[in-house]
Amino acid sequence: MSILVDKNTRLLVQGITGKAGAFHTRACCDYGTRVVAGVTPGRGGDFFEKSIPIFDTVSQAREETGCNATMIFVPAALAADAILEAAQAGIELIVCITEGIPVHDMMRVKKILAQSPAKKSTLIGPNCPGIITPGVCKIGIMPAYIHQQGSIGVVSRSGTLTYEAVWQLSSRGLGQSTCLGIGGDPIHGITHQDALRLFNDDPATEAIIMIGEIGGSEEEEAALWARAECRKPIVAFIAGTTAPQGRRMGHAGAIIQQGSGTAQEKKEALLAAGIAVAQSPADIATTLLPLLGKN
Amino acid sequence: MNIHEYQAKELFELFGVATSQGSLATTCEEVKNIISTFSSQEVVLKAQIHAGGRGRGIFKDGFSGGVHVLKSMEEALEVAQRMLQNILVTNQTGPEGRLVEKLLVAQSVDIVQEFYLAILLDRNKEAPVIVVSREGGVDIESVAHRAPEAIRRETIHPLFGLQAYQSRSLAHCLGFRGKQLLQASTLITNLYRLFIELECMMVEVNPLVLTSSGEVLALDAKLSFDESALFRHPKIASMRDFSEEDPREVAASSAGLNYVGLDGNIACLVNGAGLAMATMDIIKHYGGEPANFLDIGGGASQEQIKEAFNILSKDPKVKVILVNIFGGIMHCDLIAEGIISAFNTSKLTIPLVVRLEGTNVEKGKKLLQESSLALHTAHDLREAAMRAKELAC
Repeated sequence: MSILVDKNTRLLVQGITGKAGAFHTRACCDYGTRVVAGVTPGRGGDFFEKSIPIFDTVSQAREETGCNATMIFVPAALAADAILEAAQAGIELIVCITEGIPVHDMMRVKKILAQSPAKKSTLIGPNCPGIITPGVCKIGIMPAYIHQQGSIGVVSRSGTLTYEAVWQLSSRGLGQSTCLGIGGDPIHGITHQDALRLFNDDPATEAIIMIGEIGGSEEEEAALWARAECRKPIVAFIAGTTAPQGRRMGHAGAIIQQGSGTAQEKKEALLAAGIAVAQSPADIATTLLPLLGKN
Repeated sequence: MNIHEYQAKELFELFGVATSQGSLATTCEEVKNIISTFSSQEVVLKAQIHAGGRGRGIFKDGFSGGVHVLKSMEEALEVAQRMLQNILVTNQTGPEGRLVEKLLVAQSVDIVQEFYLAILLDRNKEAPVIVVSREGGVDIESVAHRAPEAIRRETIHPLFGLQAYQSRSLAHCLGFRGKQLLQASTLITNLYRLFIELECMMVEVNPLVLTSSGEVLALDAKLSFDESALFRHPKIASMRDFSEEDPREVAASSAGLNYVGLDGNIACLVNGAGLAMATMDIIKHYGGEPANFLDIGGGASQEQIKEAFNILSKDPKVKVILVNIFGGIMHCDLIAEGIISAFNTSKLTIPLVVRLEGTNVEKGKKLLQESSLALHTAHDLREAAMRAKELAC
């Protein structure tokens, strides 16, 4: 078991013919993900690597291949449109890798996704590394070989910091049920809290790693929910303890505004909810070990 | 991205947001020409620098105040003379201050009452929120703290937009009645149109004023824009004033890198924003002081890596550079080639601690080993941070 992706995932890639799209489609195929279709408007009828059919529209791809998830590599200016097209076609899981989507675009996309029929779609990202259920299905840009099958769920706002945490887990023999990046933008799809809820309900997940960062209040909200509802141990790390106020730290969403959204305030909320907080990014896995009854 | 007040005024005029008459001057001659178009000679001169606290700032030669209200042309010219090409130090500029090369020359208005008006993008609500308060001209944070009931927030549905009744209700809440209520609600409507059309992150009017002649005007404004949307607003992008920014950050951003300067002596070069922040945090955790945040992004080219090393090594405080790469999109062999070529072309003398992991890591490590460069390789993040700390001492 896992969350959101498994052996029944049939993947579409929007922007399959672009450089990054093509490179990562190959990597996902190599991992064993069933990539069944691609969409590049104007290239309908072609094939990617002679085997994966390319369509002009997502609806067509959905009808002819039964794809139920999409990975979006469309450039930022066109990515909001790609998300909406996927939702309109009824794709259940939309994973948007694209970075730099205008925030006003995402604001409108989110409101449309909240209405039916788009309501049935789950959006991961944008500006995220994607999602992987080790050994089964990879949708995204994460280096596959660092992952191992297992029972730790990982959710993060960052890409490379997630790889760091996964690396620490795998090198201690702690495999992962599912790992997902929810993205570094201020307005994005599923939240920390949504992910905790899914992991809590997933029988294959034994414990959860949650990686947050400065900006917004998602970690605090997740902590409140976890305090009341979560039955599984959680270890959190918050990046940005040393970040100055009022500066955007790479991610559009990583900014301390008017003194709120600091790492300190997030750590306090997490600790108050009984969540273990790793004090250094090198201690993420070692903070989890005692909670699993291991050294 | 932020712009100057005079630029905000130009945008207000374009969108029909009522404001006082005024424009930009860079010489006393221009100050004179602008004032001569005004109906009264009472004017306000404001130094155009991005830093706040201008009113209470002090110029390097002892002249006080970056904002002046003056009664006559003669007085205005005398003060303009002292402000232009002088260096203004405020609580936000740092001790080195900022050179004042531009003045906003505005018609002085007789203020009866001051209000606060802002539109911002609320990330929790995922919608624009309009904030108004009857207490204007003061710091809104302190009002929020002291008298939260004095502030009214109206959330706007992004798909339906601002409704006319919402503007009227906000104007009413500020105490406007009758014709003035219509003036204020038109101002709010036009300001919202500006916020949406130019894809702002925040528009803050403080103060919004009622004048003795019964006009409702946006007197001072701060606008900030979504940098991800600037590609469709070339006019706004061209308003960026590079002289207001840290030159290291300007160099980084023109190379497509994400850099924020700090005060420590351990520089870091990292791929990914989260890992870059975490690298700063672990440097601090082991007793070191990070010199910067630097995210070279997911697809940095060799040229970008070279430029990143250039920026880091130019900082005189930097004693060691920690390279922390965890490859996803980024391939470790590409990073290794970038490091080697940066070393060879710019003859780096600063010690380097390198930690690589991820796609093509073996190729990358092999390249570094074969290069016979004098660098320290670290196995993991902890070791990298501790090694960097040792070398910085």
